[in-house]
Amino acid sequence: MFDKNFEPKIVGFLCRWCSYQGADLAGTSRLEYPPNLTPIRVMCSGRVDPSFVMRAFAQGADGVMIFGCHPGDCHYQEGNYKALRRYTMLKKMLKQFGIEEGRFRLEWVSAAEGERFARVVAKATEEIRELGPLNWSKVREAQYA
Amino acid sequence: MPKPKVAFYWNASCGGCEEAVVDLNEKILDVVAAVDIVFWPVALDFKRKDVEAMPDGSIAVSFINGAIRLSEQQEMTEMLRRKSGLVVAFGSCAHLGGIPGLANFTTKEKIFQRAYQLSPSTMNSEGTYPIELYQSDGHDLTLPRFFDQVLPLDRIIDVDYYLPGCPPPVDLIVAAVMAILKGELPPKGAVLSPNKALCESCERNAAKPEKLAIKEIKRVHQTELDAEKCFLEQGIVCLGPATRSGCGERCISANMPCRGCFGPTDQVKDQGAKFLSSFASLLDTNDETEIQKLVDTIVDPAGTFYRFSAPVSYLRHSK
Ligand code: SF4
Ligand code: SF4
Ligand code: FES
Repeated sequence: MFDKNFEPKIVGFLCRWCSYQGADLAGTSRLEYPPNLTPIRVMCSGRVDPSFVMRAFAQGADGVMIFGCHPGDCHYQEGNYKALRRYTMLKKMLKQFGIEEGRFRLEWVSAAEGERFARVVAKATEEIRELGPLNWSKVREAQYA
Repeated sequence: MPKPKVAFYWNASCGGCEEAVVDLNEKILDVVAAVDIVFWPVALDFKRKDVEAMPDGSIAVSFINGAIRLSEQQEMTEMLRRKSGLVVAFGSCAHLGGIPGLANFTTKEKIFQRAYQLSPSTMNSEGTYPIELYQSDGHDLTLPRFFDQVLPLDRIIDVDYYLPGCPPPVDLIVAAVMAILKGELPPKGAVLSPNKALCESCERNAAKPEKLAIKEIKRVHQTELDAEKCFLEQGIVCLGPATRSGCGERCISANMPCRGCFGPTDQVKDQGAKFLSSFASLLDTNDETEIQKLVDTIVDPAGTFYRFSAPVSYLRHSK
């Protein structure tokens, strides 16, 4: 049941050194992209603890995105590699929770890539829209009282 | 002065927690001398109606083990809550959901199918399944409702204290009982075990290299385990960094890694996510394909990182 009117809620964790500026650039360049992403600025993609992601899903996000500097460009050298390792493992674990792969995404976006930022957000929004609402707080909660 | 009344009850559990009480050995005599046990289905012949007849608040403390899966367990637990001054969630299953909580990664339907139809020792050609109500000759036969998820005790009732562990170790049980008898109680809601990570009290920690780098993830049954090196250093999943101390490193001293039965420390809500965070960051490669290969060797990350704590994690269960 694909509802094209469904507007997914997406939580984005954006590294302040690169992707957050990339997002700013997308804005100042007046690029058009869907408004579904709620950006949260973090110091580095390596700061994103997997529990932030779980909590976002638990509290109603339909998708979660992590944005970091391109490999080799992290201001803390290893942060984005740590993010990549955690992301790879967490993605596999989230599947066991029944959360589809497309709902959890990692993207590298530099400060100069406003256009790329707009593009990956648009793509994620469309794919998550197709997956439909996740609505975690309603899952299995009606059965005991 | 009459002795304080104490009750023990079990919900979805294996009986190991009952065993832990019996393991008090001669110390149980001190406990029995100091209290009056008014309800303990595994050992004493009191019935539900005996508890129903007690005035509210008349039991000093109820120790309840096991998770909640059935409506009957919910009813008994709610009744004991009313009758008791204090309720202690006893053991991993009452505290975190425990091993029965792993069932939250599957569904009620699949569990029933497996148990009543597919298991090799079952013959059920007519497809008979348990139902909650069966009427015959004007009589109602009922069974408790099987919930769609396993719940820790504090999702059903207000819990005063938690005694962690699968099962809780004798010294912690005795300390808890004595503290309650003397009225020397920590703040409500406390987990009655030190609030620090197991690694801090683990003997293998001292010799652990400053920077761990995991090149290969191994499984205990396929590995010759070193009896002194930190398990993580050997590439073995050990939940020590994300688990509360207080068990006396029972598994470690038996040369087995920690599986996390004490749950997280007070600062952490989600033990599995916390462990994943630290463990994944130790993988010794920056290459996407290599990382994927290492991750592929962990067959069941959810069951491994949330072996005892899925029902208290942020997500609680699968979809
Ligand atoms: S990871 Fe395990 S073996 Fe290593 S120090 Fe921690 S508890 Fe001990
Ligand atoms: S080492 Fe870990 S799994 Fe073993 S008893 Fe202690 S806390 Fe529980
Ligand atoms: S500083 Fe941008 S990912 Fe680390």
